[in-house]
Amino acid sequence: MNPPPHAEHHDPFAAKLGMWLFLVTEILLFGGLFIAYSYMRARYPHEFHHAGGSLSIPIGVANTAVLLTSSLTMVLAVAAAQRRSMKRSLLLTWTTVALGGLFLVNKGFEWASKFHHGVYPNSDHMASLPPGERVFFGLYFSMTGLHAVHVIAGMAVLAVLGSMIAKGRIRERNSVVLENGGLYWHLVDVVWIYLLPLFYLAA
Amino acid sequence: MTTIAEPLAHTQPSFLDAPGRKGLLGWILSTDHKRVGILYLYSMVAFFFVGAALGVLMRLEQLTEGRTLMSAQTYNALFTVHGVIMIFMFVIPGLSAVFGNFFLPILIGAKDVAFPRLNLASWYCFVGGAGLAVLSLFTGPGAPDTGWTFYVPFSMKSGTNVSLAVFSAVVMGFSSILTGLNFITTVHRLRAPGMTWHRMPLFCWSLYATSWIQILATPILSITFVLVMLERFFGIGIFDPAKGGDPILYQHLFWIYSHPAVYIMILPAMGAISEILPTFARRTIFGYSAIAYSSLSIAAFGSLVWAHHMFTSGMSSFGNMIFSLLTMIVAIPSAIKVFNWTATLYKGSIEMGPPLLYALTFIFLFCIGGLTGVMQGALAINQHVHDTYFIVGHFHYVMFGGTGFAFFAALLYWFPKMFGRDYNRRAAYVAWVPLFVGFNLLYFTMLVLGYMGMPRRYYDHLPQFHTGHLVATAGSWLLALGLLVLFGNFVAALLRGRKAEDNPWGGVTLEWKVPSPPPQENFEAIPTVTGPPYAFGKEGGP
Repeated sequence: MNPPPHAEHHDPFAAKLGMWLFLVTEILLFGGLFIAYSYMRARYPHEFHHAGGSLSIPIGVANTAVLLTSSLTMVLAVAAAQRRSMKRSLLLTWTTVALGGLFLVNKGFEWASKFHHGVYPNSDHMASLPPGERVFFGLYFSMTGLHAVHVIAGMAVLAVLGSMIAKGRIRERNSVVLENGGLYWHLVDVVWIYLLPLFYLAA
Repeated sequence: MTTIAEPLAHTQPSFLDAPGRKGLLGWILSTDHKRVGILYLYSMVAFFFVGAALGVLMRLEQLTEGRTLMSAQTYNALFTVHGVIMIFMFVIPGLSAVFGNFFLPILIGAKDVAFPRLNLASWYCFVGGAGLAVLSLFTGPGAPDTGWTFYVPFSMKSGTNVSLAVFSAVVMGFSSILTGLNFITTVHRLRAPGMTWHRMPLFCWSLYATSWIQILATPILSITFVLVMLERFFGIGIFDPAKGGDPILYQHLFWIYSHPAVYIMILPAMGAISEILPTFARRTIFGYSAIAYSSLSIAAFGSLVWAHHMFTSGMSSFGNMIFSLLTMIVAIPSAIKVFNWTATLYKGSIEMGPPLLYALTFIFLFCIGGLTGVMQGALAINQHVHDTYFIVGHFHYVMFGGTGFAFFAALLYWFPKMFGRDYNRRAAYVAWVPLFVGFNLLYFTMLVLGYMGMPRRYYDHLPQFHTGHLVATAGSWLLALGLLVLFGNFVAALLRGRKAEDNPWGGVTLEWKVPSPPPQENFEAIPTVTGPPYAFGKEGGP
């Protein structure tokens, strides 16, 4: 999303507008799944209630705390870059990446324990569940899976930005690049804030 | 533009002779919006001819009852691949990717789009996705046989290469999204001084409306196709009734994108027509703001009508009624455009030229396509003609008669500007005859066949449909002949065409003020605009 090298003048507003438009498309990407979720939830309210009870609220809330904290460190990283303290910005950016990693580790344990109990698509145990609960877990794996893919993508973006800061290629003048990376990271956070009540607190 | 009567001064070499890398690398690594537009043109026209060849083969199979050329499985693969190629690789990128890329910055007085590198990346997504789609034909268990709509549950169970084919559509979707956000940002940020919203040429308005549909609708298709892949790889169950899922949900999600996609295809076509008509009628467009805002309202209403593809899928009759009503409403902004175009011609000093002929053909064919569309929006008729050749005829009138002919018109209009070469105008007129006659023989016959009850996608037909199929197949040969003459003419012009004038049609929008082909940075100095876009015969006009 950065302006081209031969651009006449640097237009951070355009860069940010482009990023916001991209975020709109990301929200709509999840939007398709949210439509599926609302329809299925209206169709199977009791099964969703019951299946949601099998997810661990403490782990879900802990992960929410991790992601929210990572958004905070992200904001501070951008602010630091704008105030020209690049060392601090670098440290905060890598902290954000690390928190994203922590989130994924937690998520991995959660999925692993579900798999351990035979809850995964096409399993024999799933076949014994009522249809509504099978759809619930189908959506759970699709939506948290897609979200995890976005966490990984966000971490990759931030890692690139981190190495750019380290090499001195981000200055206060073009801090919009870092800001855009931050916007993407907040999107990842915001989507999770919706996933938590829809799945964990559904019970 | 009123203030810019004289051609703008230029000393730069044209973008075709620009310094820098030569040969293929100079093209596929260039972020110049004009080169990206031409890359799109070449790749899309190549796919168009593949798709057209598949269409001719399908018609050949229907020449006789029973087996003529191929097995039923091959026929299924043919109509699937024909649809995928024509929709995702020709009409969706369509005029927006080719002429939008080339002319949007010039028309608003900019040197390039807002994100030139992203623009090139979008072409790579397009070509990469198209490559995967081609790969899906020849690798694995064979070409997909589901129809381009990939309806579940069949697309979940089909043993053919569906996963790769839908993935290729997801990748091409990225290209569409990136182009859309690039154009929106370009229109917002890069208009020249004085180029207010209401001084923008109408092609820019239509691109702006299209771009919004591209970024709002395409993600839904991406996630839907991802779900089909998850369904096939892991059996996730959201669309599978055996696991509590719902196949109708797929249809909703699919059409939430794929109906607005129809407007992605047609809006830039309407925009190009709105450029051509004033130039050849030598007068300003009638109802500038009506045309501009009808583009936006088509974009808005077009997003709310998707379920009219599903009247026979078992929705509630209340739902059917709502979607039927909304469908009829879309006809209003479309008709506004048609009436304004006609009024533009009224009392104009019309000078005939190949672009105008094709533009008028667009209006005629689009009206048939639009009116048969309104017919199907009526629930009672829809019950009878759903999934028949009537549908096939209708959408070919809109997509081929509409977008296709507008594409030809735009190419005839802008070709001298893009390449600096003149094509043979007589040959362009000659090509029109088999194109027009063949088109109507082929697709009007389909409307009739469908009304008589010929179901779409059937490999074989009953004896009573034989004559109709014969006529349609003959029409397909004429149509193919016309396409060869039309594009043969372009190829001949590229190889040894005379040098084109800077303003062969006497147009007054900004692209006609720069040399043909345009210099690398379009404008030596960014122009200042002080008047409306189509000021013919007024101060500063010709």
